[in-house]
Amino acid sequence: MSLRIVVLAKQVPDTRNVGKDAMTAEGTVNRSALPAIFNPEDLNALEQALRLKDQHPGSTVTLLTMGPGRAASIIREGLFRGADNGYLLTDRAFAGADTLATSYALSMAIRKIKDYDIIIGGRQAIDGDTAQVGPQVAEKLGLTQITYAEEILHVDEAARTITVKRHIDGGVETVEGPLPIVITVNGSAAPCRPRNAKLVQKYKHALTPTEKAQQAPAYPELYEQRPYLNLVEWSVADVDGDLAQCGLSGSPTKVKTIQNIVFQAKESKTLTSSDADVEGLIVELLANHTIG
Amino acid sequence: MANFYTDTPELKHHLNHPLMQRIVKLKERNYADKDKYDYAPMDFQDAMDSYDRVLEIVGELCGDIIAPNAEDVDHEGPTVAKGRVTYAAGTQINLDAARKAGLMGMSMPRRFGGLNFPIVPYIMAADIVSRADAGFENLWGLQDCAETLYEFGNEDQHQRFLTRVCQGETMSMDLTEPDAGSDLQSVMLKATFDEKENCWRLNGVKRFITNGDSDIHLVLARSEEGTRDGRGLSMFIYDKRNGGVDVRRIENKMGIKGSPTCELVYKNAKAELCGDRKLGLIKYVMALMNGARLGIAAQSVGLSQAAYNEALAYAKDRKQFGKAIIEFPAVYDMLSVMKAKLDASRALLYETARFVDVYKALDDIARERKLTSEERQEQKKYAKLADSFTPLAKGMGSEYANQNAYDCIQIHGGSGFMKDYTCERLYRDARITSIYEGTTQLQTVAAIRYVTTGAYLNQIRAYEAQPCAPELEGLKARLKEMADRFAAVTNEVNELKNQEFQDFVARRLVEMAAFTIMGHLLVQEATTAPELFAKSANVYVRHAEAEVEKHFNFIRKFQPEDLDNYRK
Repeated sequence: MSLRIVVLAKQVPDTRNVGKDAMTAEGTVNRSALPAIFNPEDLNALEQALRLKDQHPGSTVTLLTMGPGRAASIIREGLFRGADNGYLLTDRAFAGADTLATSYALSMAIRKIKDYDIIIGGRQAIDGDTAQVGPQVAEKLGLTQITYAEEILHVDEAARTITVKRHIDGGVETVEGPLPIVITVNGSAAPCRPRNAKLVQKYKHALTPTEKAQQAPAYPELYEQRPYLNLVEWSVADVDGDLAQCGLSGSPTKVKTIQNIVFQAKESKTLTSSDADVEGLIVELLANHTIG
Repeated sequence: MANFYTDTPELKHHLNHPLMQRIVKLKERNYADKDKYDYAPMDFQDAMDSYDRVLEIVGELCGDIIAPNAEDVDHEGPTVAKGRVTYAAGTQINLDAARKAGLMGMSMPRRFGGLNFPIVPYIMAADIVSRADAGFENLWGLQDCAETLYEFGNEDQHQRFLTRVCQGETMSMDLTEPDAGSDLQSVMLKATFDEKENCWRLNGVKRFITNGDSDIHLVLARSEEGTRDGRGLSMFIYDKRNGGVDVRRIENKMGIKGSPTCELVYKNAKAELCGDRKLGLIKYVMALMNGARLGIAAQSVGLSQAAYNEALAYAKDRKQFGKAIIEFPAVYDMLSVMKAKLDASRALLYETARFVDVYKALDDIARERKLTSEERQEQKKYAKLADSFTPLAKGMGSEYANQNAYDCIQIHGGSGFMKDYTCERLYRDARITSIYEGTTQLQTVAAIRYVTTGAYLNQIRAYEAQPCAPELEGLKARLKEMADRFAAVTNEVNELKNQEFQDFVARRLVEMAAFTIMGHLLVQEATTAPELFAKSANVYVRHAEAEVEKHFNFIRKFQPEDLDNYRK
């Protein structure tokens, strides 16, 4: 017996290393100024998937991502670390999706993948921080979900159950759920393994049809000889999606305004290191109950 | 989030040297593996792209995992209990990450599960790892033993052991004994043939064995009873799965504390012969040591880089008298010389690695078919260059690593003397590089013959004949004068025919050659990449010129009778 695992992954702007030009004048993210990276918690999720594959030989790990053409690099990054294949959901009609439209598109793609035991993704993406997509996917597919997972402890293939340690306020709890299941992984889970030298060399020429059309591949003959180098793109039609539920038209979330909040020091005061100043501060903090 | 490969553009420059075209072609046998292995390169560009991408993995591993673990590993160190070693927690994490990244057995052929990388990218990985944690580089660098096993073991041994190394099992080379350090001819560990079990048995003690509790050991032992010199020694493979070797203690060292240095007790340990009897020291260990010396040269360069980076960052950050200390001539003088020494020793390292690559690839081809006469000549030329350059790269690189670590502390001032800064660990870690795998003094012994036979001078003259950028002609002219001075005192020393005198001035002569060679290499690098090397070429040639002049004066004014003042 083996497991069929689908990893949900998103390409995001690297908001952890924000420079001066990270925001546009309108207050939106300046995507061109920020490198596009594999969403960090999705990497934690990928690691959990790969560990299951290590423990259950014959299992497959499939990446599923939605985004523009360049998001194909997310699939390659997954292949470099040990995933078996991947699908890129890409279509103009998917653009502008909020969490509802995203989870709709992902759930349709998962229905198309059809055979799955575990769907696993990061808790949230660092560009939106909503943590809604994973749970919504579970709802749409009618599956049980375990959120804030820190470690998958065990999968009992015969009993079709999974045991997961999840992160809760002030500690952890261990829960069991039935397969198939949706799991979202917390950033406190084990970091993802590095890219593997052999896999990088094996998959570095993997391209989507769009990429091949944009730039002639260096070794065109390879794509027939090695089918795994052909990355798959799916459009709305490919996953039998309802256009009304995709992209902007499927997104009830409407952004009215965006405010650029800059923290400023108000009512600040400067203290010297003299005993009098320090004592004064202590008295003040005691008086307003900040300490004590 | 740091990447120790991509943040140092000098590395990629060295990787892309024109000689790589020849090296990769030889190593890849005209890219014959591409139909057999899904990760083999299609052609030269594809191979170079693969090296680049894999080094990026190494750089990321070093920046994100190995370097952040280095301080804890240094404090915690390995422990020994019941004859077995447990690595520091960080070391274990590093090893696991390196295995998962598929980086063990980098230079081994693909049929054993290796990456079939040339020495240049393999050594570059060692350079990068050492910058992150020089102690961890020891475990990483013991992949070298696989090279020796590959060269001298039989096919059956290759299949049994090399596949395991490529999967991440570690190795050690068990040479040193309490009474056999630099003088390995005195090795006494006893090997006797067990007729009943049809295997060899090892009995005795080894000391100062790096990673002595490894999975697969190469052991130098005395197989010929009654002999007392190197001709009675053979090389054996000991497999830890068979048992019989225990770790009695691990040393409490000054530096590279994460790397366990073990005293081993062999109690009737089952072993098998590697290669032929009696060739253990004179052939196999010599080959092993040459590989290991290149590894220490890389370790030294990595340490030099780390020391330079720490010093530079501190000098920019630290303000005194109202400005950053890097703005003071006394400080930027030190920093530029540090960078120049780093760039010079790195240029020498990769020049040597390329020489090794060409001749080893040809050696390997010679196992499959007869070499053409051109190939045989090429093999001979590069083998000689590799043999002559290896002691320079190891000797000079390790001395420079020590000097850079010293200056790194100096730039930190009083703070550098405290345990709070990385520079004190670098200083302790660097100290061993000029001692193990042959002290600097022994590198001189290996190198002096290439001074007296004129081999270095020939190579220097060959460098002089190579074109350089017009603005560097001035430096080249000065290098030519340095070579003339080197040639002049070499002649004088040769003519005296006084062995003790020659031994006495040997290190100075070897250094004169090394300074001049490194100067030429930097002029070449500055010709192709002035933005990276022009400053260092200028600073280094000036520095080297002064050093050559110093040695020239010392030797020229020295008379054999002056030795009396030195003898104790």
